[in-house]
Amino acid sequence: MLTFLRRRILSSALPLLVVILGVFALARLTGNPASLYLPLNATEQMRADFTEKNGLDNPIWVQMAEYFGGVLRLDFGESLRTGESAAAMALRAFPATLQLAGTTMLLAVVLAVIVGSWAALKPNGIADRISSFISMAAASVPDFWLAIMGIWVFAITLGWLPTSGVGGLDAWVLPILTLLLRPFGVLVQIVRGAMVSSLSEPYIKLARSKGASEFRVVTRHALRNAAAPALTVAGDLAVGLVNGAVVVESIFGWPGIGKLMIDSILQRDFAVLQAAVLLTAISIFILNILIDLGYAGLDARVRPTGKPRKASKTGKATAAPAKERKLHVQTTP
Amino acid sequence: MSTHTQSVSTAREDLTENEVVLRVTGLDVDIRTPKGVLRAVNNVSFEARAGRTLALLGESGCGKSMTAKAVAGLLDPVADVTGGTVVLNGTDLAALSPKQRLKYAGPELGIVFQDALTALNPVYTVGTQLSEAFRIHQKLSAKAAKVKAIELMRHVGIPEPESRVDSFPHQFSGGMRQRILIAMAVALNPRLLIADEPTTALDVTVQAQIMKLLRDLRTESHLAVVLITHDLALVAEEADTVAVMYAGNVVETGPVREVFGSPKHPYTRGLLDSVPADVGRGADLNSIAGSPPELHRIPEGCVYQSRCPVVQDVCRAIRPALEAEGAGRTVACHFALTTASKELDHV
Amino acid sequence: MSKPPRNVTQLPTGGRAVAPPGTEAIALPRPDVADKRIRLFHLLLKDRFASVAALILVVVGLTALFGPTLMGDLATRQDLSATNRPPFSFADGWAFILGSDSLGRSMVARLVVATQTTLSVALPAVGISLVIGSLWGVWAGYHRGIRETISMRIADVVMSFPSLLLAVVILYVFSPSAANIVLILAVTRIPIYLRTARAESAELQSRTFVDAARTFGTKPNAIIRRHVIPVVLPTLLTLATLEFCYVMLAESSLSFLGIGIQPPDVSWGLMVAQGRQYLQTAWWLSFFPGLAIVVTTVAANVLAAWLRIATDPAQRWRLTLPRKRMIMRIPAKEIQ
Repeated sequence: MLTFLRRRILSSALPLLVVILGVFALARLTGNPASLYLPLNATEQMRADFTEKNGLDNPIWVQMAEYFGGVLRLDFGESLRTGESAAAMALRAFPATLQLAGTTMLLAVVLAVIVGSWAALKPNGIADRISSFISMAAASVPDFWLAIMGIWVFAITLGWLPTSGVGGLDAWVLPILTLLLRPFGVLVQIVRGAMVSSLSEPYIKLARSKGASEFRVVTRHALRNAAAPALTVAGDLAVGLVNGAVVVESIFGWPGIGKLMIDSILQRDFAVLQAAVLLTAISIFILNILIDLGYAGLDARVRPTGKPRKASKTGKATAAPAKERKLHVQTTP
Repeated sequence: MSTHTQSVSTAREDLTENEVVLRVTGLDVDIRTPKGVLRAVNNVSFEARAGRTLALLGESGCGKSMTAKAVAGLLDPVADVTGGTVVLNGTDLAALSPKQRLKYAGPELGIVFQDALTALNPVYTVGTQLSEAFRIHQKLSAKAAKVKAIELMRHVGIPEPESRVDSFPHQFSGGMRQRILIAMAVALNPRLLIADEPTTALDVTVQAQIMKLLRDLRTESHLAVVLITHDLALVAEEADTVAVMYAGNVVETGPVREVFGSPKHPYTRGLLDSVPADVGRGADLNSIAGSPPELHRIPEGCVYQSRCPVVQDVCRAIRPALEAEGAGRTVACHFALTTASKELDHV
Repeated sequence: MSKPPRNVTQLPTGGRAVAPPGTEAIALPRPDVADKRIRLFHLLLKDRFASVAALILVVVGLTALFGPTLMGDLATRQDLSATNRPPFSFADGWAFILGSDSLGRSMVARLVVATQTTLSVALPAVGISLVIGSLWGVWAGYHRGIRETISMRIADVVMSFPSLLLAVVILYVFSPSAANIVLILAVTRIPIYLRTARAESAELQSRTFVDAARTFGTKPNAIIRRHVIPVVLPTLLTLATLEFCYVMLAESSLSFLGIGIQPPDVSWGLMVAQGRQYLQTAWWLSFFPGLAIVVTTVAANVLAAWLRIATDPAQRWRLTLPRKRMIMRIPAKEIQ
């Protein structure tokens, strides 16, 4: 288990490293980073002071070492707007996003499992049609437009829900519904497909031959086997949820990390943007590892004692995982 | 198996040797396809007796597996039983709703599938899967069911069951997996065991061991066994009676020794002739010319007419019914062959 | 081997689907490519949904191509005395059938101009990532080994990061412009084609007809060009149709967030954003541009679903069935 985990951590760490390096490189790429960190109307004197204070006149490798040190200490500099620590601002915004995304994912998974299983049991039935329609909508309707139309109908015209804010429970409805569309639309098709194939496996017949009820067959046997592919996709969708969170948070004034990012871009507050981006990258890294652990927990065959089915995403044995992932990218903006 | 103990599976007192356990009469199974409704199993009748083995013999696609699934109530959603009765110990299973059938699946009827690797659920330990029958039917606790599962594993000859009970199916060899599958089928001491090509996926040596296990289980608990196979040698060795199927129909039944000794249906005869016994090197192997009709092209009249060497006009018009032909034998042919009829030999 | 067999394109890209019953019965003759296009077109006409979808996309394309010229300065002509005119009124002529915006400009004209902007970002982005990703993937899959491993690692790295985040950082550092947006979207979508092309090409390179070409001494690049690409192309084009939706939605999101297309240029996403503050009084400012996005993406999705079946010889028989409801649905298994 440990070697398995170590291998997965290493392979998930590579993207993280690339992002950290990428942000550093981008900040240096445009010439003097002072122009990124400082307001557009900064004087020459301010720039010079900034350059000296932050050691920007040092050789590039010294700057890099300092930068990595800063990342390790979660020290990304100070906000231009508030003078506060950028990391503190990002960390403060983080729980709001986590709540929103967590609730959405939970709802998406539960709904997708119910509707997807139902659709698989009755192909061409009501649930099947609903799930097809939502999947098509998820791949076609821009989330920001959906959010705005939701505000127009439910907040402005009907006055049932608030337009924005984080007040009572009613403030959660529109953001979550908007955010829910995409992961639900993709997941429900995955669950449906996985359930259709799982229900046609011989082990379902074996379970029936033991006198297992329909409910037991579906929940214990079919769903359990369909869970692994669904989990992989759910993980990718959770990563993709960051995209949606940026849009939804900035529309509904949700004080999360997505809104923080957009605000810091529009106000050219690079330190905060950098902190928010890197914090997101780190949490995606952690999420990926959790997903791998969950995957190993679900399917004994991927554990190191068994045949390593998902051992590598490259090389000869890649056909299955590569196709799995292909799916996510086609449908998850 | 030397490790057998009598502690788990004792003979059922309510069963006596040779009593009819299962009687299938006029069973029809239809499949709904895009091309229309097809008759996969047509008017099939046979009976299985306690402590005896009945073999359903036929080529692949002849409907033998479909018959087994219909008896076990495990037909795919596109297939339906549309006629006939399946009487198991006095209860017509075909007349029951799927829900009512659940309480018979396990305690009355067990089934052993062909490919143990796909039949076992990959995400559960074998212990969990063996326990399931006890959990469902006897409402045992997980702990008590696991004890039963270990006993069961020992009973079917799996070494060190205490340590292997928490292993996953993919960690067993093919023969061991098949033993686990058999253990599941006999867990609740059923009266009837359906073995659907139980050894097809196995090595010859392992095959013999598995068949011995089935034989032992049959003897010790008076099981009625229905063996589905295409293997003539297996039938000759293991079965007491045989029902030969062709294109969804039973064409001949009777005691194995007699049917194989003097086949009365041209198809049975053809099958036996295609066994390469006593054939010298370089000699042509016999085979039945042509291939079985596809399900949507089964002709009027006799199902075997397109390949039959003794076909007559009447065979194309009227389908022969399965009729008694000597003691304990039936055959569906207008021209049931007499012993060792010579007119076939030149075919 | 000097003249490569054209009908290679007809081979089922193996391992994907077992030929369904009855395929052999309607196995089509293998005519040349021009004939094939005509047949594909006939197949399209037989499918109501796919035909409408294709028609919509053609109209959108023509609008983008000629619309702005026809509109003249209508899209920029302000009329502060007639701001936020409601839609569906013929009083002010056809240009104001969808109302006017907060500066009194014609919504119709602005939508038409935005069509051009939106497509001029989406199409190049799709095109660039299609060409680079496909060639790269085919190359990596054909040669396998270290080239394949490194390529797939790179794809993993790019894909494991939310694309919007990447765009956000890059558009901060470099100023948002149409060219930069195209570049970012192209780069972040290259892995999609890379992965698909690699998988298909790795499968193909072990096929007999590729082996045959190799024994004749055909050079790898020639084999890739003549034997691999023609077979992989239908799959990749289908993927590109789907990707068009994604890229369009991504551009709209960026523009909506204010880091995409910048005024005075106008794209559908930007129009939604600009209309947002008038939601209370003039819903149509946000509604119609969003609707334009939805209609276009739905059309592209429907067409992609149809293409997926139509370009797959093992599945094409489905389109010859009388009812075609399944085309609306994208069976999850097939996406995989």
